[in-house]
Amino acid sequence: MSQTIICKPEGMRDNHTHYCPGCTHGAIHRLVAEVIDELGLRETTVGVAPVGCSVLCYNYFNMDFLEAAHGRAPAFAVGMKRIRPDLNVFTYQGDGDLASIGTNEILHAANRGEKITVIFVNNAIYGMTGGQMAPTTLPQQVTTTSPMGRNVEEAGWPIRVRELLSTLRTPAYIARGSSHSPQWLIRTKQYIRKAFQYQKSNTCFSLVEVLSTCPTNWGMTPVESTEWLADNMIPYYPLGELKTPEVEDGATKKMLEVN
Amino acid sequence: MAKKLMKGNEAIGEAAIRAGALHYFAYPITPQTEVAEYLARRMPEVGGVFLQAESELGASNMLFGAAASGKRAFTSSSSPGISLMSEAISYITCAELPTVLINVCRAGPGLGGILPSQGDYLQSTRGGGHGDYHLLVLAPATVQETVEHIMMAFDLADKYRNPVMIFADGLIGQMMEPVDFDAVPVSKPMDHSSWAATGAKGRDPHIVKTLYLNPIDNEKHNIHLAEKYERMQVEARHEIYGGLGKPELIITAFGTSARVAKTAIDQLNEEGVDVALFRPITIYPFPFKALAELAKKKHVKTLLSVEMNSGQMIEDVRLATQSKKPIHFFGRQGGIVPSPEEVVEAVKKLL
Repeated sequence: MSQTIICKPEGMRDNHTHYCPGCTHGAIHRLVAEVIDELGLRETTVGVAPVGCSVLCYNYFNMDFLEAAHGRAPAFAVGMKRIRPDLNVFTYQGDGDLASIGTNEILHAANRGEKITVIFVNNAIYGMTGGQMAPTTLPQQVTTTSPMGRNVEEAGWPIRVRELLSTLRTPAYIARGSSHSPQWLIRTKQYIRKAFQYQKSNTCFSLVEVLSTCPTNWGMTPVESTEWLADNMIPYYPLGELKTPEVEDGATKKMLEVN
Repeated sequence: MAKKLMKGNEAIGEAAIRAGALHYFAYPITPQTEVAEYLARRMPEVGGVFLQAESELGASNMLFGAAASGKRAFTSSSSPGISLMSEAISYITCAELPTVLINVCRAGPGLGGILPSQGDYLQSTRGGGHGDYHLLVLAPATVQETVEHIMMAFDLADKYRNPVMIFADGLIGQMMEPVDFDAVPVSKPMDHSSWAATGAKGRDPHIVKTLYLNPIDNEKHNIHLAEKYERMQVEARHEIYGGLGKPELIITAFGTSARVAKTAIDQLNEEGVDVALFRPITIYPFPFKALAELAKKKHVKTLLSVEMNSGQMIEDVRLATQSKKPIHFFGRQGGIVPSPEEVVEAVKKLL
């Protein structure tokens, strides 16, 4: 008698992706789809695709989807969620989309405590347009628009989205995982699961940043890419949960005491 | 129901609720802010959604997300805000989402001023954002007509799966007039379950999108939209006002400037001057045929376009008349509403 040990999650379609070899979008898609399956949310989910490499992610996810204007995915998600609070609404966004053109939308969605989930994939570069400097590009990192390496005097330091959003007083679940190793994929899946659970229980805004690779635009092999991520990105973008709705940060506590 | 004295902006909010639109996203901007203030109080009473967005970009993109659910949703703003919304409007039109937008137009360009203007005529009637698209644009001249247009707008948006814009201005938004909400029957919202994103329960996923990477598909979609705008031409509406039987001069004007023109025409007709008004009620589709019919009459010697801008509607008047009769212009700009006396004088100069 045969027994199925592992199969494609129902939340994914049977399509080949257009992602480059070694890109971790596929693995991150799978984590999201598995969590949605496990929580029984597929038939009540509306996803929002960004502009960037994952603009076509609705070809791979097997669920209702909207395709947003560049950076506006959180606004799309808010419009849907406010009308249909019974639905599970999430955005899937890259670093150019979320941390550059979409900073206003993500900041205010988080600050209003919108009950949506954001999967934020950070690979420190613009992928689809061919390797330009992102707000998350590391100091000295070479891209097509920082050919001498990112000069922090001119371009500023890379934005740490997890840390930035965690300063907001509004309760939220904000964590950073990574896709560079099986161990971290497993832990990242736990973060994603928590994020969707917080939405399901109508608790708070949730965002999981996932560090990822771009072998094509980094000019590396897939293996070199995962090593580069571990050696260069993780020191600047520490992994782990930074904010949970149950715990108030020290600064907020102090402010409440003063008032 | 008895008539109720209401401020234009508040009547705008109430009309939308009466039309069954219970989802509103907006950002404060003068001279339309009272729409948001009214709905902030009123939406909770009717179990609707009021959300003050972080910007007009936010509000208009929330509108996309809301309309993609298949429910009636709308927003309002004023000129600079509409410019910011033009991004989302292009996407909403491409995705064929039925929505309603209200522009309480103020003077531009730039920050301009907060007083009434019709400076967004070309922006509204030519699309406004990127790509080949049109909005269906209604241009009311009174608070009552604004209410009626808003209630019709949701049905028209449903019918064509296209955003409908109400082109009001700061005067309509700020003045108080008696309104009767029962003048227009309320219809039932259309069933959008065949395409709306509501969760893929027992069906294939619905994708609401605007990206067509294959140029053949993109061209096909553009042709589909163009055919829709062609079908939309039957919605062209107009009004002919005044005249003593064989008007020598036709004033073309819409919205508030048409209302001013009516007062001027009353006076001129009383003096025996044969002048009539042609008022487009829809400015897209523009009532080309009706104006062409009127202008080709032998007794019509000349046309005078009266606008609160630099003469943007002249393009359409010229298209309608094929430049067969001279077209003159009288307008005030910068937030100034022309007086009936000024219009009378402008007419007399031409006769």
